[in-house]
Amino acid sequence: MSYRITAACVNCWACEPLCPNEAVRAAKPHFVIEAARCNGCEGEFADPQCASICPIEGAILDPSGAPVNPPGSLTGIPPSAWSQVQQAIQAR
Amino acid sequence: MELKVVERSATAESRLTSAQSVEVQDKVRDHPCFSKDAHHHYARMHVAVAPACNIQCHYCNRKYDCANESRPGVVSELLTPELAVKKVLAVAAEIPQLSVLGIAGPGDPLANPERTFATFAELSEKAPDIRLCVSTNGLMLPAHVDQLCEHNIDHVTITINCIDPEIGARIYPWIFWHNRRIRGKKAAAILIEQQLKGLEMLAERGVLVKINSVLIPGVNDQHLAEVSRVVKQKGAFLHNIMPLIAEPEHGTFYGLMGQRTPTSQELNAVQQACANDMDIMSHCRQCRADAIGMLGQDRHAEFTLERIESLEIDHAAAMERRAQVRAEIERQRAAKRSRPQPPVLVSLDALTGAKPVPKSRPNDKHAAAPAVSLTKPGFKVAVASHDGQQVDQAFAEAQTFAIYQLDVAHAPRLLETRTVPAAGADLSAALAGVKDCGAVLCTRIGFDAWQQLEAAGIRPLSVQPGTSMRAALAQAQAETAAAITANLDALAPALSA
Ligand code: SF4
Ligand code: SF4
Ligand code: SF4
Repeated sequence: MSYRITAACVNCWACEPLCPNEAVRAAKPHFVIEAARCNGCEGEFADPQCASICPIEGAILDPSGAPVNPPGSLTGIPPSAWSQVQQAIQAR
Repeated sequence: MELKVVERSATAESRLTSAQSVEVQDKVRDHPCFSKDAHHHYARMHVAVAPACNIQCHYCNRKYDCANESRPGVVSELLTPELAVKKVLAVAAEIPQLSVLGIAGPGDPLANPERTFATFAELSEKAPDIRLCVSTNGLMLPAHVDQLCEHNIDHVTITINCIDPEIGARIYPWIFWHNRRIRGKKAAAILIEQQLKGLEMLAERGVLVKINSVLIPGVNDQHLAEVSRVVKQKGAFLHNIMPLIAEPEHGTFYGLMGQRTPTSQELNAVQQACANDMDIMSHCRQCRADAIGMLGQDRHAEFTLERIESLEIDHAAAMERRAQVRAEIERQRAAKRSRPQPPVLVSLDALTGAKPVPKSRPNDKHAAAPAVSLTKPGFKVAVASHDGQQVDQAFAEAQTFAIYQLDVAHAPRLLETRTVPAAGADLSAALAGVKDCGAVLCTRIGFDAWQQLEAAGIRPLSVQPGTSMRAALAQAQAETAAAITANLDALAPALSA
């Protein structure tokens, strides 16, 4: 049932104070979730708190191992549209 | 008298603003952060206790400190509230001119309320004479206004880049709000609402509020004049426009996407459209979030954690000494004010380029008299300028420097134009190229270069891109004179004590 932090984590601290179960810990080289403490925020919040504030796509995985914030989900730009948007921004 | 007449005929809203503005103007004129004169006499410091952030700005890479508050790519040493308090008390004991403590990051102070308020609470108790300030993105401001006002809060800076959610959606991809991630226009609308509400609540309570905006070409450039009008009407005393910094190597969304940064002309035009009523320092230099010291000076390296831990401080005595030093500074400032005023080195007109600066100053015995002897024989300044007219280059990219001789008694004199390797490509070669200079004047300086310049005894000075070289040199001359005078005057009693 536990969420997991990957090496993509930039140690920004955003998730740490939000966990209702104090499962997130500052660690080196990156933050970790103590599996035994994490319950996916079940019964406390509709969304897993750590993954709802994490600014990095792919940094937090759900219990199935899938990224909660897959590529494009935080920038709002799907990878297929990246170069098109880049062109539009460069035209500014 | 006049004010009363205005009050009677005005609506409730404008009555509040006009009554406030008199009080606010008084506060600001003498403020250690905003008054050009007071700035030289008092020291400020920031502590990095607040790491988390609750929004995403497209110009920020969250690996580093909040881009609203720091030079890009900077990482500060994160402190626990307990250590932060120790550090502030240690600094305040050694630098009795310390008068303002800020929490500006490395993330958003109000996204870390426990850490921020623990620091404030302990400091209000142990050093009630030190005023506090915070810089925030504003999302959690209304929720914390009352708590902020319980402390010795002096001023608040809010970064507001737009008041239109359509535009906001192009700057902020998401926010974290009420335990969920909210995206797009809806997110921007909430953020803007909270920012403006927070601004109004603070203004109502008499707290000084400064607004920062980042100028993003093609996104909010046409919109910032409107932002300026609205935030001033809601009680902000100052609206400060900062140019976007976006380089691919910083790894920000805008940097990676190739969003361009404003030209100096664009920046000037917007700054003029958003001009402030008062002649105050609007551009606090983009200092590190954990900087310590007086204008242009950083004594951060002296206060290592080991050293702070080992210091034994008599806090009551330190506070007593601060009170003495402050009284002495104020006595000197008052004395200076009552002396006949010397001709100003940089008039406002000169800065806006409206009137030429006189080539030589008339003889004046009072003008910066103590500084003349101190800066004799003067020093050279390397000005990063492409066209020989404007300061228009960052230190990292500048290859052409105009070398000026600067001293307090004469108008700046051009010695030569010098070509050096760009610091971005070869920092040590660039440093060697300006090693005979006492200062470097440019639009921006990276963290490493800043440190190394200071280590080499060269003062890094930055001005808004596009500032005319003449005005910038005059300003540098005035600042140097004032800083030398202030440092010596203010430090003398402290050092001999
Ligand atoms: S999913 Fe919830 S419980 Fe698990 S680590 Fe994240 S915040 Fe904590
Ligand atoms: S919010 Fe994401 S990037 Fe930040 S520390 Fe937590 S896992 Fe790492
Ligand atoms: S508020 Fe500051 S830390 Fe947060 S995303 Fe914006 S620039 Fe970065």
